[in-house]
Amino acid sequence: MDQLLPLAAVVPLLVAAGISAASRFLRRRRRILDAIGIATAVAVTVMLIVIMTRAAHGDSVYWFAGFRPSRGVAIGIDFAAGPLSAGLACLAAALVSAAMIFSWRYFEQVATYYHALMLTFLAGMVGYCLTGDIFDLFVWFELMGVSAYVLTAYRPEERGPLQGALNFAITNSVGAYLILSGIALSYGRTGALNMAQIGRDMARHGPDRLVVVAFVLIISGLLIKGAIVPFHFWLADAHAVAPTPVCVLFSGVMVELGLYGIARVYWSVFGYGLGHRQTVTSVFLALGMLTAIAGALFCFRERHLKRLLAFSTISHAGMFLTGIAVLTPLGLAGAAVYVAGHALLKAALFLGTGIVLHRLGSVNETWLHGRGRHLRVTGIIFTLAALGLADLPPFATYLGKGWIESAAATRGFPWVTAVFIISSVLVGAAVLRVAGGVFYGLGDPPSESPQVAAESSEETSETQAAKQRTPLSMIAPAAVLVVAGIVVALLPDLGPVLQASAVRFQDQAAYNATVLSGAHIPHPRALFPPEDTGVKAADLASGFGSAAGALLLAFLALYWKRLPVLRRGFEPGTGLVQPIRRFQSGIVNDYVAWIVFGLACVGGALAFTIR
Amino acid sequence: MQVFPFIVVAWVLAVGLYGIVTSRHLIHQIVCLIVVQSSTYVLLLGIGYRRGAVAPYFSDIPVHTPAVDPVVQALALTDVVVEAAVTALLLSFAIQAHKRFGTLDPHELVQLKG
Repeated sequence: MDQLLPLAAVVPLLVAAGISAASRFLRRRRRILDAIGIATAVAVTVMLIVIMTRAAHGDSVYWFAGFRPSRGVAIGIDFAAGPLSAGLACLAAALVSAAMIFSWRYFEQVATYYHALMLTFLAGMVGYCLTGDIFDLFVWFELMGVSAYVLTAYRPEERGPLQGALNFAITNSVGAYLILSGIALSYGRTGALNMAQIGRDMARHGPDRLVVVAFVLIISGLLIKGAIVPFHFWLADAHAVAPTPVCVLFSGVMVELGLYGIARVYWSVFGYGLGHRQTVTSVFLALGMLTAIAGALFCFRERHLKRLLAFSTISHAGMFLTGIAVLTPLGLAGAAVYVAGHALLKAALFLGTGIVLHRLGSVNETWLHGRGRHLRVTGIIFTLAALGLADLPPFATYLGKGWIESAAATRGFPWVTAVFIISSVLVGAAVLRVAGGVFYGLGDPPSESPQVAAESSEETSETQAAKQRTPLSMIAPAAVLVVAGIVVALLPDLGPVLQASAVRFQDQAAYNATVLSGAHIPHPRALFPPEDTGVKAADLASGFGSAAGALLLAFLALYWKRLPVLRRGFEPGTGLVQPIRRFQSGIVNDYVAWIVFGLACVGGALAFTIR
Repeated sequence: MQVFPFIVVAWVLAVGLYGIVTSRHLIHQIVCLIVVQSSTYVLLLGIGYRRGAVAPYFSDIPVHTPAVDPVVQALALTDVVVEAAVTALLLSFAIQAHKRFGTLDPHELVQLKG
């Protein structure tokens, strides 16, 4: 039954091709087109759920055209699904389904290529998660990228989308070429493209300069996709202008896929060969902490709803990278559950923003102040998702945060907890401030300035005019996503299963044996003491603490005018973040310069310590 | 193994990145991106090169004749296809920018910042 693996990527590709071929016929039949898109996405989700539950008992491998490895040498190309990779692909498919259902009534007119692109995007993400071949990783990465660039520029008649798409495309293409250069170097060293085989050969050879350079090139390319400071600049530009259903996918899962790639490449390819766990931890930890704080500060300052959510994604990407950086199963399991919880809640927040745009015709927080009072259901969904984003138990996010914190503390980084709480509080407060101001009219009404009016009209063409009611097909996916954000945390056996999967993900020898020798290795179940995987008081305390802090800070941010002490911090145009906002210049030249700078820093740090 | 091709790779990569960073014209910038990608072609072909070897077609030569590595050539070919798609897309964005806003300067396209 491993035949399901390729189907999950092939089906959306075939349907996308079919839609494009029949576009003349489907152009007038919008509902058929929508139904085909939704049905395909849901079918892929179901397939991936099956693959994921199967993989929970042991990884499954599929060799294309039956070219199985001969005497431990991979000849063909494989898909290898573990629970974590299949789970991430499943999350992507679920979000595509939600976005497609949302689009049913969201766009008044929609081109046939929208559906085709969403499906190729889905195929790219699924293939990227499941592939076991490093060159195919690059190809799926590019397929995903090209679909995403076009989706960003879905409204090319405006300046913003064009700018966002160009910045996105140029920075991510540079990233893709860095990855390809790294792949070429590792092929030059090992003569292999299969990740398991490269890993095995590198482990025999030990680390040398070539291996380090290949590693740096590949992870730098993936860090661009993963929006890690200073590689992150493209993200806010692209998110602010992409259609809202597309933002759901960008924030919810595409960024996380970049980080998944780093984890996959580290544990399947470079881990043993590179050694030096301490150095790798330090570099990733530094990047993760910097990203978590910088993203949160930018997020708190932002008034454009989509950009605010985009910066919050950057902050969370930093936290996910920290989970990977500690290099322990608990950290990786924490990152996995955090990614799932964040994806569901962030998707709900973006859909809520889409409803606001649909009903009120703007995404400017200042202009929207108090104007969303009549959107009661949307307000409740948005507020709940915002609380979840601030890691309030029982949302799955609190588990992820707690696990990463305790994993970091075990490896001797107790201060990670403090950084996490600061960034969670800032991000949660920013989103709660929006919820309170827009949906409940809390806080002092902002002064109307011509600049605000101009900014608020920037975002109107996505839907033609403000609507009188919210269709069920837009509210329902958002509500389901928020509920799912709680359900994930309550799944029975979540802790043991995820941690066993993480152990397996990090076991390079087991991965090699499964892929290259066809061995079936069941997952280790009884490795963990129950106190590691159960509900812990520390996790709850940290979750409730950051949620309470976020609420408090949100109220301060809403009522700052009454407390003169706070003016310096909150008044637009002043405060801590103003000077660093200049970095986000919107010019792709600067972004590529930052990428080169980041590449030099990461490369320098690794090259001088790994000899 | 010869060092020269790899010096060329590093040089082409650096020149391309310098071009992207300093460019004030979108078409020029996109061509610079192609230059960056060209470095990967040279790298791939340089890795597969063997001195004195023939092209890897075994239809009319003995099987044990030394040949250059065909795998990297397949990779380079795939790379060319990917590049064609990305470049076409980027150039279409540039055409849109010129048509709608009458500018090809990345600095003038900026709407959102900070």
